[in-house]
Amino acid sequence: MPEMPEIDLEKCDRCGLCISVCTCGAIVLIRNIVTITNTDDCGWCTWCEAVCPNEAISCSFEIVFDGGG
Amino acid sequence: MAIQREFLESIPYFSGLDADELDSIGSHVFEKTVERGEIIQLEGNPAEALFFVASGAVKVFKTSAEGKEQILSIVRPGESFNDIPVFDGGLTPASTQAMTPVVLYGIARDKLHTILREHPQVALNTTRVLADRTRQLVSLVEDLSFRHVIGRVARILLEHASDGKTPRPRLTQQEMAALAGSVREVVARSLKALEAEGAITLERHRIRITDKKALEAMVEMSV
Repeated sequence: MPEMPEIDLEKCDRCGLCISVCTCGAIVLIRNIVTITNTDDCGWCTWCEAVCPNEAISCSFEIVFDGGG
Repeated sequence: MAIQREFLESIPYFSGLDADELDSIGSHVFEKTVERGEIIQLEGNPAEALFFVASGAVKVFKTSAEGKEQILSIVRPGESFNDIPVFDGGLTPASTQAMTPVVLYGIARDKLHTILREHPQVALNTTRVLADRTRQLVSLVEDLSFRHVIGRVARILLEHASDGKTPRPRLTQQEMAALAGSVREVVARSLKALEAEGAITLERHRIRITDKKALEAMVEMSV
């Protein structure tokens, strides 16, 4: 299962900006809840995190030394 | 016009106005729809209007001579762009592009002058908006001009990197910005710069430090 952005539903006000900006179809509205679906197409562009006015979406990075992690 | 009045009420420029004033201003507003990816304005062109984003998101960016893009800000619903060139009559200092399908409300420059003359409260609100915008830009210029931000980002990467034995917490670009005392856009640019210098590689959800000594040197240079 690919790593996917995470969404904090308590911060999400369903403005839909993340859905609009996502070009790989990873973010959809299901029963009025913004949902991150698993897709290998997600290129981790982090635009969803950038446009969210409430910082509800996180695209976190693991930081590793080359040769470790 | 009912929808427009509700939208206009939420705009800082039109704060404190009554319904008649908002309707009067609304008569000068035009609507423009933009497709995802469409360039709304290119840097260096005359500003046709003051634009407010009604829906969608717009990125404001500059492009260097080498073609590198620096995002200055993302404009979301309720926010505006072209504020500076439309008031000083100069050319647009940055380009704008739709990140999603966008609906804009615009007020042409000559109509804006009419509004300022007829509604003193708007003129007062405008000074407040422009003062706030100036403060934001000064802060951004400081961040972009000095290498200490890249040095801070380099230090954050070194301090949070895992050696493979002990897991470390992951960081978002927003969290790195908070740690660096900067903004997300500058951190994103710093990461790209560090990658261009060969100190790190940016992979899907992973930052790999490929040249620890180079990162340490950047930390030293920024002190």
